[in-house]
Amino acid sequence: MLEIKNLHANVNGKEILKGVDLTIRDGEIHALMGTNGAGKSTLSKVIVGDPSYEVTEGSIMFDGHDLLAMKPEERANAGIFMSFQQPIEIPGVSMANFLKAAVNAKRKYQGLDPMKASDFLSMMREKRKLVSMDSKLVNRSVNEGFSGGERKRNEIFQMAMLEPTFCILDETDSGLDVDALRIVAEGFNKLRKPETSAIIITHYQRLLDYITPDTVHVLLDGRIVKTGGPELAKQIEDNGFDWIKGGSINYDFESVTC
Amino acid sequence: MSEQQYIEFYSECRDMIMSKSTAVMNNERDKAFELFKQYGFPSQKVERYKYTDVDKAFAPNYGILFTPLGIAPSSYIFSLKDAPKDMTAYYNRLADTSDGITLLNTMLAHECLLIYVPKNTKVEKPINVDNWIRGAVPSMMNRRLLVVLESGADATVIVGDHATDQQAFLTTQVVEVFCHDNSRLDLYEIEETTPGMNRFSNVYIHTENDCNVRHSCITLHNGTTRNLCDVSMEGQYTEVTLNGCAIASATQHIDNNTLIRHIAPNCTSNELYKYVVDEQAVGAFAGKILVEKDAQKTSSQETNNNLCASPEARMYSQPMLEIYADDVKCAHGSTVGVMDETALFYMRQRGIPEEQARMLLKNAFMGQVIDQISYEPLRSKLYVKVEKRFLGELEKCKTCNLCK
Ligand SMILES: Nc1ncnc2c1ncn2[C@@H]1O[C@H](COP(=O)(O)OP(=O)(O)OP(=O)(O)O)[C@@H](O)[C@H]1O
Ligand SMILES: [Mg+2]
Repeated sequence: MLEIKNLHANVNGKEILKGVDLTIRDGEIHALMGTNGAGKSTLSKVIVGDPSYEVTEGSIMFDGHDLLAMKPEERANAGIFMSFQQPIEIPGVSMANFLKAAVNAKRKYQGLDPMKASDFLSMMREKRKLVSMDSKLVNRSVNEGFSGGERKRNEIFQMAMLEPTFCILDETDSGLDVDALRIVAEGFNKLRKPETSAIIITHYQRLLDYITPDTVHVLLDGRIVKTGGPELAKQIEDNGFDWIKGGSINYDFESVTC
Repeated sequence: MSEQQYIEFYSECRDMIMSKSTAVMNNERDKAFELFKQYGFPSQKVERYKYTDVDKAFAPNYGILFTPLGIAPSSYIFSLKDAPKDMTAYYNRLADTSDGITLLNTMLAHECLLIYVPKNTKVEKPINVDNWIRGAVPSMMNRRLLVVLESGADATVIVGDHATDQQAFLTTQVVEVFCHDNSRLDLYEIEETTPGMNRFSNVYIHTENDCNVRHSCITLHNGTTRNLCDVSMEGQYTEVTLNGCAIASATQHIDNNTLIRHIAPNCTSNELYKYVVDEQAVGAFAGKILVEKDAQKTSSQETNNNLCASPEARMYSQPMLEIYADDVKCAHGSTVGVMDETALFYMRQRGIPEEQARMLLKNAFMGQVIDQISYEPLRSKLYVKVEKRFLGELEKCKTCNLCK
């Protein structure tokens, strides 16, 4: 489904991703962990096409398409969804208008007519229930005055509305209370089809207790330095990253003394 | 420079104009002419005209239209000729006699539309005034409107400005509004014209005690627009609200210039003007709140927020506060922003095409000022019109019979 090769990316002239290789097949869940500032969100934003990041080298293929040649909206319509680490508010744009525009854009991309107003409203109601989102929130502007946790839940609600095939959850668990985390994770599992794949970015094991990853990667300083099974996440939770970093620090030290 | 042709025209056609007009108006003409010869058009060196080139707009050789007013029988709308009572005490009493455009209008306007609401009368339905300009050649029209609300009167007035043909047009407009004690007025001006239009509108509002006056100036589609609005708050416990919605794209030009004079104590004024300027358009807002020395306990808030939706668009914003009283609560502020790139990207990540995402943001930005419109049917209509405007569907107005 997604194949990233030797990806290098800059922001404001500074290199953040320094050669990332990652392959995700249909139906696979990959967890991505790593220290603050390692480049996890950068990788996500490059996948979804945030124009503030510049790709200097490498390629990303998605279902056989050259993803880097596609506009962000085309990537979204092709089935890629990112739950933002920090969802922003858009005052004056109602949730309903926003979602209607998004849902109908995808339908247009698929060659379908816009959704009937009544169908759209019942779809909103159904998906809202799936993530137990308060109807009052849906009647406001996008994320306007939402708490941190409400914003995260709103991201998953939008994901439910758009039914993507490839999801990136960038720290969707942070900011959610224990109950909300369970609801959101269960919602994700209900929405998941056998072919849906995902990158789950997290610092904690607790989300992975609900959504079991097939593979866990550790991203440090712009590179994937370790890949393992679900047990790797537990080891990180217990021991942090130093034991992984260790090798490369020694190596740097030796190379200086040589 | 371009004054000369109007001076010649008036000298030649004075008698013809007078024959089409009425004594109340004719009595003011020659005085205006003398002053016009003295002042001429304001140059861009004149503080209140620095953002619009008046001379350039008046330079072409327009055919001057003397179309008679078409007034459907109504209890509140008249031609000044048929006024139910003598209006000498009102006509040309508020108009600024040092403003060249007002002077020209006083010289050339042959008819005046009068909206007269007698004492303690509440006009239930809004009073609609629709102005049309059409012409096969470049044409000029000089419109005059007089609004008199006697004490306790209550009215909503909606003035529409339309143009059809793709022709060069010039309109001057002078509106004088008298609000006597305890009256309420909700006045809307909505421009939906064409790129060839040059609109120069001067509105003068006088308020007495316990009035509530709202003026909303909405430019949906235009060519070159210059709107001036002067409010003199001469009575106490009056509330005045000025709202503005200005949308400009292509090479459109919108210049709004307002002055609120707090003369009497205990009054409130609120002002909110919002602009979206796109492509190569130019927007200008200059608004002054003047609190005179007796106007204690004045409360005033002036806000001008602008969105420059393209790198070539230009916006000039100049809010001003001049206070000579010591016990007042006044605030003013202005912002000029660009499109929120993070919000744009968020929407695009959800699959919304960039153009549509931009439209949603512009619409959201302007929504805040449309929310202020108190007459609900108009508010709903404007939400739709503003959205259509941003979608580029307002180049021709589809609601009117002439365009069909
Ligand atoms: N727009 C930007 N301008 C400058 N630096 C940036 C920008 N975006 C990201 N960076 C830098 O890139 C590095 C990687 O940031 P990124 O957000 O990808 O980290 P992360 O792995 O997601 O961290 P966290 O776990 O804290 O979310 C950081 O050092 C950050 O400061
Ligand atoms: Mg991050």
